[in-house]
Amino acid sequence: MDLSFSQEDIAFRDEVRSYLAENLPKRISDAVRTGAEQTKEMAEEWHAILNRKGWLATTWGVEFGGPGWTPVQKHIFEEECCRAYAPRIVPFGLNMLGPVLQAFGTKEQQDYYLPRILDGTDWWCQGYSEPGAGSDLASLKTRAVRDGDDYVINGQKTWTTLGQHANKIFCLCRTDPAAKQQEGISFILVDLDTPGIEMRPIRLIEGGHEVNEVFFTDVRVPVANLVGEENKGWTIAKFLLTHERTGIAGVGFSMQSLEEVKALARKIRRNGRPLIEDPLFAARIARAEIDLEAMKITNLRMLFKAQQQGAPGPETSILKIKGTVIHQELKDLARRALGPVAAPFPGSMTDGNIMFGPEGTANNAARYFNNRKTSIFGGSNEIQRNILTKTMLEL
Amino acid sequence: MDFNLTEDRRMLQDSLNRYLGDKYPVDHRNKVAYALPCHDPAKWTEMAELGALFALAPEDAGGFGGTGFDIMVVFEALGRALNPEPLLGAAMASRLMTKLGADQEALLSGATKYAVAVGEVEAPYDLDAITCTATAKGDGHVLSGRKSAVYGGQVADVILVAAMLDGTPALFEVQASDAQIAGYPMMDGGGAAEVLLDDTPAKLLLADAADALTDALNAGIVALCAEAVGAMDVTHATTLDYLRTRKQFGVPIGKFQVLQHRAVDMLTEIEQSRSITIKAAAELDGPDASRFVSMAKNLIGRAARLVAEEAIQMHGGIAMTWEYPVSHYAKRLVMLDAQLGDTDYHLSRVMAGLKAA
Ligand SMILES: Cc1cc2nc3c(=O)[nH]c(=O)nc-3n(C[C@H](O)[C@H](O)[C@H](O)COP(=O)(O)OP(=O)(O)OC[C@H]3O[C@@H](n4cnc5c(N)ncnc54)[C@H](O)[C@@H]3O)c2cc1C
Repeated sequence: MDLSFSQEDIAFRDEVRSYLAENLPKRISDAVRTGAEQTKEMAEEWHAILNRKGWLATTWGVEFGGPGWTPVQKHIFEEECCRAYAPRIVPFGLNMLGPVLQAFGTKEQQDYYLPRILDGTDWWCQGYSEPGAGSDLASLKTRAVRDGDDYVINGQKTWTTLGQHANKIFCLCRTDPAAKQQEGISFILVDLDTPGIEMRPIRLIEGGHEVNEVFFTDVRVPVANLVGEENKGWTIAKFLLTHERTGIAGVGFSMQSLEEVKALARKIRRNGRPLIEDPLFAARIARAEIDLEAMKITNLRMLFKAQQQGAPGPETSILKIKGTVIHQELKDLARRALGPVAAPFPGSMTDGNIMFGPEGTANNAARYFNNRKTSIFGGSNEIQRNILTKTMLEL
Repeated sequence: MDFNLTEDRRMLQDSLNRYLGDKYPVDHRNKVAYALPCHDPAKWTEMAELGALFALAPEDAGGFGGTGFDIMVVFEALGRALNPEPLLGAAMASRLMTKLGADQEALLSGATKYAVAVGEVEAPYDLDAITCTATAKGDGHVLSGRKSAVYGGQVADVILVAAMLDGTPALFEVQASDAQIAGYPMMDGGGAAEVLLDDTPAKLLLADAADALTDALNAGIVALCAEAVGAMDVTHATTLDYLRTRKQFGVPIGKFQVLQHRAVDMLTEIEQSRSITIKAAAELDGPDASRFVSMAKNLIGRAARLVAEEAIQMHGGIAMTWEYPVSHYAKRLVMLDAQLGDTDYHLSRVMAGLKAA
């Protein structure tokens, strides 16, 4: 057994690290570090920078413009990006639709859409969930009815992340209501400018706008926008689930958060001494660090296995469950460390001369609440447990 | 033994619950709670007329209550409705004024709003660690320092301030108009302020005020614990409703045993929270008040976080939205841990008591 990266991997890590140091604008990493709102422009700017280097579409095949990295290299890249406070890659076009089109799309679809994803012409959002179809996605009701060369779509999608920035949406729609649930669903690409589409913002718990509802009323979409076969959309949805799994443990983000919490606990003074000298708070940090140290290795073990077997197995659900819980705990500590200083509603303190916590901590409470989402979306932690029960425990 | 509320307290509880449910529902609450001044003057007056403030003081001080149980009854109702009005400051100030034998008619009628300023940025919870100082000047005193997270400070007329006078915590009265007040709405709704004192004129109320301040803080903690119990009850009931009505996979999600058991765990923690709050309220005027109050705040801190996080998780995405009231209850339940001493602070006080015994 050898836990160290190979010489090549270490060289790769150094290359990524120095690239990020030179090319990631400080303006952008500062916004990420402080949890300030990351604008559409920032995401586009960062995507463009990575695209110039050929490092944007890390999950794509080389023939489509991917860098051809091994899973370990992808992992190193993600970890380094977190370390440098690079923005998260907006995944919908790059890590979801891109791989789908490469596996299921026609040559025309690939030639048309893939370059537009890379150069930022299109911003995609994901239209899966509906008000009545969350965990039970296969019960979705949005209908697409064939009419000549068009589908006519009626229904509603919800929780559409960053839909307000998007010009396109990929949807799961019901094309055969008579078939068994999973067998009557199709994967359809929709231009958000099409008449009959209305998008409304949903305000989240902490006050931010990152998700939306999308209403479809007699929306006409060319049949050419179908990806894969009609009524075979569920296969694509399942394929995507495995793709959403790279980096699912969020180890890089947790490492980032752990460093923040430690720095905070050293900086904050309580009753005449640094908070880190409070044994109860120190114990909280230590426990989180122990869990994270184990998670780093669990993550690498599963990565190693995926690299050997060619695909991640069902045990990656463990990464989702424990990874999100560790990250949420660290966000709790970042809020907790501030005590009452975390209380002001973000942006509500207009007197700029009054300092609250250390710089960059004004959003700590908001971030804690916002991050409750990670154990709900992408297959809730309960659904992950159901998957593990079935696949690994065989109960 | 009798765990029933007295008739008077039950009537007060009923009328507060009814009033807040009808006149201060969550959508109105959200309009008030997240924008300065985080206060609805007309509703405040009506709440005072119902007795929400008079209940905080004993009869010989002009009120009709004043015990831990009275505080508990009022704040449980406030918690159920997630009410953002500045009653916490009033409750603590009333305790102090009762000890001083001061006239508190204006406080109890709601005409004058009081806040109590103890915590500071680097000494958020511990009275002994405050650094705000008082100096004699002329026939009076002046105060200098910064008081942080003064609940209700954004609308207070009068602020009762803890400051060091010759090395001991003393109690002063400061007119809000004499201080620099920077108010803000809080993450979980309701307002607070940073109170900046710079040779600010202040009236000395009590030179050796450690005991009186500790008692006021204890009363405030009982209030917060009761508020949490009220908010947890509603959060739990709403979650159960949702488990019964939300269908996935063709059945109400409440049919999934994993969710059933977790809803039971929430219930257990809420009942434990109610019990420790009753205990703390019962001991508020006794010699061991601080110990039981710390036990209550520690347990509530843990239970409230569990209830908040589980309520969100078991709802799924819907409870992540501003629109759905549970999100606001969850914020309140989590954030109140950092008011008047968090779980760790109060745990360490209980631990210190172990050594002493
Ligand atoms: C911030 C945010 C962003 C999102 N972004 C997107 C997006 O861009 N595109 C998109 O399509 N969707 C998105 N989603 C939707 C997300 O995928 C759903 O919220 C998720 O699938 C859960 O569905 P639900 O919210 O309807 O909860 P429900 O499915 O109603 O679940 C409610 C509760 O019941 C539990 N439960 C359900 N079934 C079972 C079971 N069989 N056994 C045990 N427990 C069960 C759940 O775990 C949960 O605790 C987003 C959600 C959030 C909160």
